[in-house]
Amino acid sequence: MSRYVRNLIFVLGVLAVLYGLDFVFQGRMINPYISRIIMLCGISITLAVSLNLINGFTGQFSIGHAGFMAVGAYTAAYFSVNYGARVAAALGDGHVGWLVALLLATLVGAFFAGFAGLLVGVPSLRLKGDYLAIVTLGFGQIIVVFLNNIEAIGGARGYSGIPIVKSFFWIFLIAILTIVIVYNIVNSAFGRALISIREDELAAEAMGVNTTRYKVMAFVISSALAGAGGVLLAHFDGYLNPKSFEFIKSFEILIMIILGGLGSIVGSVLGAIVLTIMPEALRGFAQYRMVIYSLLLIILMITRPQGLLGTTDLFKTWRRRRRTKREGETEVMPATKNSTDKPPVKKGET
Amino acid sequence: MSTLLQQLINGITLGAIYALIALGYTMVYGILRLINFAHGDIYMVGAFMGYYIAGGIGLRGAQMLMGNPESNIFGRVLAHGLLGGGVLQPSLITALVVMLLAMAICALIGVVIERLAYRPVRKYSRLTALITAIGVSLLLENGGQVLFGADPKFFPELFTKRNVNLFGGASINTADIVVLIIAFALMVGLQLIVFRTKTGRAMRAVSFNLTSAKLMGINTDRIIAFTFALGSAMAAAAGVLVGIRIPRVDPLMGILIGLKAFVAAVLGGIGNIPGAVLGGLLIGITETMIVAAGYATYKDAVAFVILILILLFRPSGLLGSTVQEKV
Repeated sequence: MSRYVRNLIFVLGVLAVLYGLDFVFQGRMINPYISRIIMLCGISITLAVSLNLINGFTGQFSIGHAGFMAVGAYTAAYFSVNYGARVAAALGDGHVGWLVALLLATLVGAFFAGFAGLLVGVPSLRLKGDYLAIVTLGFGQIIVVFLNNIEAIGGARGYSGIPIVKSFFWIFLIAILTIVIVYNIVNSAFGRALISIREDELAAEAMGVNTTRYKVMAFVISSALAGAGGVLLAHFDGYLNPKSFEFIKSFEILIMIILGGLGSIVGSVLGAIVLTIMPEALRGFAQYRMVIYSLLLIILMITRPQGLLGTTDLFKTWRRRRRTKREGETEVMPATKNSTDKPPVKKGET
Repeated sequence: MSTLLQQLINGITLGAIYALIALGYTMVYGILRLINFAHGDIYMVGAFMGYYIAGGIGLRGAQMLMGNPESNIFGRVLAHGLLGGGVLQPSLITALVVMLLAMAICALIGVVIERLAYRPVRKYSRLTALITAIGVSLLLENGGQVLFGADPKFFPELFTKRNVNLFGGASINTADIVVLIIAFALMVGLQLIVFRTKTGRAMRAVSFNLTSAKLMGINTDRIIAFTFALGSAMAAAAGVLVGIRIPRVDPLMGILIGLKAFVAAVLGGIGNIPGAVLGGLLIGITETMIVAAGYATYKDAVAFVILILILLFRPSGLLGSTVQEKV
């Protein structure tokens, strides 16, 4: 079976399963509280995996992910409030109509978030060192200040009246799309260039990798995906407040990927799920939750700085196991860092 | 004219406080290349220490620690603080004593944090250290909310404040004068420590090259701990001074001011001590002017806009020098 047919079947299968599950969720066959948490997990996965592309795989350090999420959320919300109903009405005002409207909103949100990423990335990624951390931090703050001041999007009161599209299908489609995009990037020549930057920026440059260009590209993609995550959030409750995009939100996403392992997609997914469910489970200890998080973070850094899963790539480990079994070898190769697979060799870069 | 002068005075006072905090960022960055995110929270802890030293931990807390706090002077001070316990009357001396005690406690906290959290991760990548710093920052903020309570507290008046009229119609509060004098005295003191003492020379050596400094027989661990102590003491002083000026303390007060102070350090050239002071003053004055111009709601964005501009045009900062990277 050719690769394309297999991929097509995979895509159709995923769509079918998601659509089927969407009916289950729409039909309120699941406790609304639990279905809410599951959907929030999906949004967290989108955010965590997209942040991992820049923090985990490229080795840069962004701490303003919530800022890009806010850009995506607000621009898409503005679009939906002003044009969403018209788009949906043009398509018959049903479930499908709203899905198309949401698709457009997502594109709008992702575009503006990616554009913001470009604006932030170009000045800061030219420089080596901690500058990205500083600038993204500043950007996150500026965004919140502006959101608080623009009356057209609600200002400090928050932006309400956004059409609510609580769609399991849509949330997990974006989450899976994010995973697939990041996975494919990481396992392409582009991704190897990114990983080479993470491992040693000077050496990567010497090998002919245009480090600034690759860093900016990765950052823009990461921001756009964060924007898409923001769009999901905007349409989830139909209400946005600048407060929910403050510093602490960026930290939360950061903790997700650090817990799972910088440079591990599976790790990010697990981290996102665990850290979305944990606050619900720890509701009785709400006061101590953040204290526990922060202690956990410090202890994790001291004892296992690469995160729980490190740079483990479960897909790869699994595939390698299968291959070695087929070839009748007894040795099972350990999951090595991606960077040791192959040095980045590219045409037209030198 | 008088309003301009008035705003300039306010701006310099605010800037002096930013500068005090920025010094800690810049010293630690100079030595470890670490953005110590927890530094803004040390400032918060300093303000709370001042609050508790002056006002005490309250009768209930003191009762938990020792049976009957009213029976002796020690218990009374624990419960009501130096002011409430009747040991000191509101005066400038009281302000100084409270500030020095808060500085000492925070210096100790800074050393403990360095020892427990930063030293174990020093052998890993800088990213690990940065994440640890974020962890410590979150711990102080949330631990502070649990320990001190999340609601804002009213800082006791350490000395009687009044307004002094200046020429040209501007007026200055005695609190501002005290804040300015103490802040600049501390900065001069720090400058003397760094450039006129043996320890200061060791600090400069470590910041120049840690490995070589070690080879020259400098106890680098001790110097790093000392740097943290010094920086934390400065932050604590800033905390108490803010308490004198704007008598309101809460566990999250350090986040924004810490970030702005960090921007001040970058603006002046991170790792550069006079640069931190210059950056702090510039940001304080700009921010006050923006507020005076009627854009008060945008004041928190000013520092970060400056940051992005400085990184675009002069990434090494105003007084910083560019360092060639070698393999």
